[in-house]
Amino acid sequence: MAAQQILEKYSGVVSTVQIGATAGEGGSRKSNILIGGQNTMPFLSAEGQIPHKPVVAFEIWDTPPLEWPKALLEAYGDVVGDTVAWAQKAAGDFKAESLCLRLQGAHPDFGDKDADSEVKLVSKLLESVDLPLIVLGSGDDAKDNQVLPAICEAAKGQRCLIGSAVSDNYKTLAAAVLADGHNIIAESPIDINIAKQLNILISDMGLPLERIVINPTIGALGYGLEYAYSIMERARLAALAGDKTMACPFICLVGHEAWRAKEAKASISEFPLWGEDVPRGVLWEVITATALLQAGGDLLVMRHPLAVEKIKKYIDNLTQK
Amino acid sequence: MFIIGELINGMYQNIGKAIVEKNKEVIQKCALEQIAAGADALDVNCGTASKDPVLDIRWLIESIQEVSDAPLSLDSSKPKVIESGLQVIKNTPIINSTTADPEKLGVLLPLAIKYKAKLIGIAISAKGIPQNKDQRIELAANIVATASEMGFPLEDLYLDPIVLPINVAQAQIMGILECIKEFKIISDPSPKTIVGLSNVSQGTNFRSLINRTFLVMAQAFGLDAAILDPTDLQLMEGLITAELALNKQIYCGSYLDAYKKK
Repeated sequence: MAAQQILEKYSGVVSTVQIGATAGEGGSRKSNILIGGQNTMPFLSAEGQIPHKPVVAFEIWDTPPLEWPKALLEAYGDVVGDTVAWAQKAAGDFKAESLCLRLQGAHPDFGDKDADSEVKLVSKLLESVDLPLIVLGSGDDAKDNQVLPAICEAAKGQRCLIGSAVSDNYKTLAAAVLADGHNIIAESPIDINIAKQLNILISDMGLPLERIVINPTIGALGYGLEYAYSIMERARLAALAGDKTMACPFICLVGHEAWRAKEAKASISEFPLWGEDVPRGVLWEVITATALLQAGGDLLVMRHPLAVEKIKKYIDNLTQK
Repeated sequence: MFIIGELINGMYQNIGKAIVEKNKEVIQKCALEQIAAGADALDVNCGTASKDPVLDIRWLIESIQEVSDAPLSLDSSKPKVIESGLQVIKNTPIINSTTADPEKLGVLLPLAIKYKAKLIGIAISAKGIPQNKDQRIELAANIVATASEMGFPLEDLYLDPIVLPINVAQAQIMGILECIKEFKIISDPSPKTIVGLSNVSQGTNFRSLINRTFLVMAQAFGLDAAILDPTDLQLMEGLITAELALNKQIYCGSYLDAYKKK
């Protein structure tokens, strides 16, 4: 007798978030990207609809990322000193679908760039590269509250994804994102209760849940990955069971976490038995990313072009009809 | 928890009067209030005020459907009234209810299949109200067996152990709660379970408190659905909080508001 296939059926659906607006939509992007929209767990296309594949965005900085390990810096060469050139290289050589600009240089301890110069940079970036744009602040709340609203205004109509709103500091960014037609990243410290509460607080300000992307905060392989995995899985199961306050797509800052791991960034001279730097670091980023895709990650922000290439292949293999 | 609002019932004075006078606004307001308070579906019962329930149930349904597409539960002991309602209902209907009697099942199950309706089956028969847990399970098993034979999807069957007033049948309350758990293991896929909540507090001085306490206990026994007054705020807050304790909702600071956004 043939085995009967047991299929789960869910009543809820993850909201679809559009990042980037084309000329016809009031922006100037060549195309937009859509994330979310699924009514089943990752890659289980037999159980439901998965209208959009997970997307990978290349992380770029507004200032040279001097503390990045050599394995990463060598992949880009000189362009890391020029944000626009870096973006063009990602778009051209590495066929990026989306860019994630981290305004690290605005941080008081990393250059303290002011809102004006960041606005100029973002405007120039939007003119030079026509990919959908994600913008992350510096992580300093006071400074981000000056810089990010100015970025929102300068990028009005481009439907960017901007973050991060956190539970102690979400009002300024939520108001700016709402006014200028962008989407927001709601970030919680690997805490499902705070993730839910923050979504409610933001939606109470009038920004619809359909314009929120959750950054659940992740850990890299060996550094809390399974904890992040379980939080994401639980939130997604709640969303599929009908909890709209949890039904937002996930963004995962994979490169940021993976390349902080000692196993990814240590050189072969320090640990000869660990093998060559580049393949080891790339693998660390890839394995972290594959697990997060299986946990429900919709948008991965990554760093090494080779890791991105491998992950795109992985996504294509799992989504082949 | 699937919540069916109970307030559109001709036995309530305001609704009975509205049915007689064909005052749509009263019905529509009552429907919208229940939905705003958290009802997933609405029970519709003409009550004794109606001289012609076959026609009046249609008028009630059509009045509600002008303002809401919430699923409706057709509440009548007369199959003719139920069929009349089924013909005009737009969203997935709920038939409330059949007993375990073969002649009732023989009429209502085919109707439920024909109209793709959910069906509430009460553990009761022409012989009367069951007096203990075993009798309830036997009646419920009869309903499940007949439904299964006729090809009715068991996940659309809602079994009601028949809740009795606490001041009449105190000794039976625990058995009724245990039935909620045991009904689920009668078949695979499991039937669902439901209670008509307000019965438990009939004739008592603390109706809301008794309803609320019993509901939370029934939830702990795995109750899937209830017919209740969703405008009883404390009842709803007790229900939502019990879902947290049962790990059916994710906790957050504003969990009461969050439930309404769901």
